[in-house]
Amino acid sequence: MEFILGIERWIHFLAGITWIGLLYYFNFVQVPAMAKAAADKDGPGPAAIGKYVAPLALVWFRWAALVTWLSGAAYLESAPHLSLVDAFLLRGGSQIIGVGAWLGTIMLFNVWVLIWPNQKKVLGMVPASDEEKNKARRVALLASRSNTAMSIPLLLFMGASAHGLPF
Amino acid sequence: MMNPLDSIWGTIISGFVLAIVLALIFKTPM
Repeated sequence: MEFILGIERWIHFLAGITWIGLLYYFNFVQVPAMAKAAADKDGPGPAAIGKYVAPLALVWFRWAALVTWLSGAAYLESAPHLSLVDAFLLRGGSQIIGVGAWLGTIMLFNVWVLIWPNQKKVLGMVPASDEEKNKARRVALLASRSNTAMSIPLLLFMGASAHGLPF
Repeated sequence: MMNPLDSIWGTIISGFVLAIVLALIFKTPM
């Protein structure tokens, strides 16, 4: 049991770092870089990022999100002092990690329901008019920014479950 | 009115505010 639990935690950390690392890449690097590239009329433009970088980053991003959630759910079920149901009902000793689990679940929803389908339109992977693309870009950006904001309390609560809140 | 999520600093500050609010709500003895 200890072995399984350790493996689940390990996978959860690996996938979680991949997911949130790419989320921060999108928010802190790619979005501002693409805006800068689009504004630079003499430069090479953002097309190559959209064609070669963003689709691959999105592959790792969305699957890492799913693996993070699944390994987290498995961990909550197999840890003797925690429970998946108690976590989502914010009960007992699973309450603190439950806040993190709720945030992570909302973030997974944002990835698969708001970010990915809209990014497919923005990147031209599915046909969309310019107006649809602009709307899709806005929804995807706001969902991505919401996830960046939520990742801050998420990490606080995940760590606090084992180590306590700082205040 | 500008959406705080349009600015990366607005996003980060929103995250910290959310963290503090949630921590105060869920500050229960473990």
